[in-house]
Amino acid sequence: MNMSEELIQMGHGAGGLLMRRLVADVFARYFDNPALRELDDAAAVELASGQIAFTTDAYVVKPLFFPGGDMGKLAVCGTVNDLAVMGAAPRYLSASFTLEEGLPLATLERVVASMAAAAREAGVEIVCGDTKVVARGEADGIFITTSGVGVFEGGRPARAPLEAGDAVVLSGTLGDHGIAVMVAREQFKLETTIESDCAPLGGLCAAMREAAPGLKFMRDPTRGGLAAALNEVAAVHGVGVEISEEKIPLDEDVVAVCEILGLDPLLVANEGKVVAVAPAAEAEALVAAMRGHPLGARAAVIGEVVAEPKRVFVRTAVGGTRILEMPLADQLPRIC
Amino acid sequence: MCLGVPMKIIAIDGTTATVEMAQVRQECDLSLSPGAKVGDYVIVHAGFAIEILDEEDARETLELLDQIGFDTGRGS
Amino acid sequence: MKYLDEFRDAERVRKVAAAVAAVAPDDRGFTFMEVCGTHTMAVARYGLKKLLPANVRMISGPGCPVCVTPKEYVDYAVALAREPGVTVATFGDMMRVPGSSTDLLRLQAEGADVRVVYSARDALAFARAEPKRRVVFLGVGFETTAPTVAATAKEAVAASIRNYFILAAHKLIPPAMRVLCDGGVALDGFLCPAHVSAIIGARAYEFIPRDYDLACAVAGFEPVDILQGIYLLLKQYADGERRVDNQYSRVVKEEGNPRAQEVQAEVFHVCDSRWRGLGDLPASGLALREEYAALDAARAFEVEPEETVPDRGCICGDVLTGAKVPAECSLIGDECTPARPVGPCMVSSEGSCAAALKYEYE
Repeated sequence: MNMSEELIQMGHGAGGLLMRRLVADVFARYFDNPALRELDDAAAVELASGQIAFTTDAYVVKPLFFPGGDMGKLAVCGTVNDLAVMGAAPRYLSASFTLEEGLPLATLERVVASMAAAAREAGVEIVCGDTKVVARGEADGIFITTSGVGVFEGGRPARAPLEAGDAVVLSGTLGDHGIAVMVAREQFKLETTIESDCAPLGGLCAAMREAAPGLKFMRDPTRGGLAAALNEVAAVHGVGVEISEEKIPLDEDVVAVCEILGLDPLLVANEGKVVAVAPAAEAEALVAAMRGHPLGARAAVIGEVVAEPKRVFVRTAVGGTRILEMPLADQLPRIC
Repeated sequence: MCLGVPMKIIAIDGTTATVEMAQVRQECDLSLSPGAKVGDYVIVHAGFAIEILDEEDARETLELLDQIGFDTGRGS
Repeated sequence: MKYLDEFRDAERVRKVAAAVAAVAPDDRGFTFMEVCGTHTMAVARYGLKKLLPANVRMISGPGCPVCVTPKEYVDYAVALAREPGVTVATFGDMMRVPGSSTDLLRLQAEGADVRVVYSARDALAFARAEPKRRVVFLGVGFETTAPTVAATAKEAVAASIRNYFILAAHKLIPPAMRVLCDGGVALDGFLCPAHVSAIIGARAYEFIPRDYDLACAVAGFEPVDILQGIYLLLKQYADGERRVDNQYSRVVKEEGNPRAQEVQAEVFHVCDSRWRGLGDLPASGLALREEYAALDAARAFEVEPEETVPDRGCICGDVLTGAKVPAECSLIGDECTPARPVGPCMVSSEGSCAAALKYEYE
């Protein structure tokens, strides 16, 4: 068939021949692996016995393609990263697609090819999936839900309580993903070369665990940015966090966009960063190991855990202090 | 409500300029700052250049600043 | 010179903070008001209050125009957005400002066409591209923003774009400052706005030292600017002379921006205006002139906005004038929160009441 002209029709989700062709020509072709090849009602996979990590996430990014990534890459990386920061090695993903009638098949193919490439990079297999088609106007192109399973190699990491003096470490620049997507939406007519940081963090997280056996906490600061991640740390662990503004790596173009639109980069989403808490004694080795990994080249200690309970403080570059709150909702550009 | 940022004019087409901060570019309306020219820094507020920055005045401000602390009469 | 890093330099900040401490007469306390909401945001963002001597206090003024936009205006905008074929275009700041029963963010969720724009130009461009929709731009903001909106009104007329409308509620800063002075507010001076002053000029504040014996300093929005502005205010007390100092001379001229003033005056005339929290203030707002009546959303549409419910128990008016502190309010933290704000001091994330809640642990 001529992929370049074909559109998704209701029939592609109807369980008949059209759907079988879609599965064979697109999903099975790109995701190809032994478990998927059986095209059974469920995938049979090998796992070590004991505890596993299991997570799920829905992806609805707009636009589908943006500098540095696309929805397919995001749908793999986001779920893989949720497993990786738990200390699990990501193994298998499921992928469920909600397609809007009228979507060019070529667009779906691009997204699926990108998912396959991201899965290879992350070392996971997409072993099962589902497709539904909804009428035009009832979805926006493609929605993807991926679930993921990871294994704890060498057991689930112990959860030591956070203590005053523990180091807070960040793997790199903040806000690249959120700003790249915002610019790509073309609502604000900005020209930039900013790219999303969307990347699978399994390798980096494994290197971090190895370098810092006492690692106490990892989180990927996605929606709500570093502000949401650190406020969760503070609330869940009943500690305070103090970070130092001048130690936070930022891309100067991301800073410029934030200046122009009145946004705070600490509240902007990331898709390829990890923030971690480790005993102060292991911080140096941890940062060195992170810098040795391509996704952690700009890693730095950005602050520490403090006794003051359940608040996140920012020591500003000019010597002042401010409180970093849990964001209320998405940031809106402001002129005040 | 007066967020405004200094951006450099890198091109002008009629009353519309292309302005830049770091490597970020956008369009900016010059109708409120008709004297602005390429190379000038302007304060951009809500898509309009509302004033041209004066480099000499900026330097003077910084110099004045570098002197204060010595003329407060009470030492610092 | 790129005009940002130089004025954020930590060493310079440290130095000017030391100078502020040194110049402040230590036999009494000083209270200054930063009039402008952008100053308030910058003071919070850089944590500057911590760098001030204990006897120097900054309070936030009414200079956040979305915060002082009255409920009636939001109710009217809501009624417009509910009209078929109408697109309401607005700065992001307005989306969460509460009306009597809803706000624009919620209205958007209900299916109304409400769009956040970066500039009035974007709203005009949208009207040009979509001639079948009626596009209403919410014209809020002070003297800084009013000329930009006026410029789009002129362009709409020149280009015969007939589906672009403005719901004007622009406000003027000096009349509000005069009201604050007349109200006997316990202040020693004003840190005057940066970009409002770029338009109206530093001399617009001359009546304040002359008629009220209060200090004034126009200051930029960077940390060095703000501290240097406070230094200049204190220096006026050390010198025993009140005047208008202009720290932000790299942008602000004595006479302001005459072209912007001209464009504004061509399109708008001065009118009485209602401020959330402060009430009706004479000659404190801008309305579209007769020649631009066709663009005036308040006249071009026949809508019935819901009846505006007055705020009961809100003391923002007194907080804005410094007569009361947020802790004296019976609504704060309870009926009035950042997620569901009642008054202007809670609408802005760094407004006096929002800040009081946020920093209560300190």
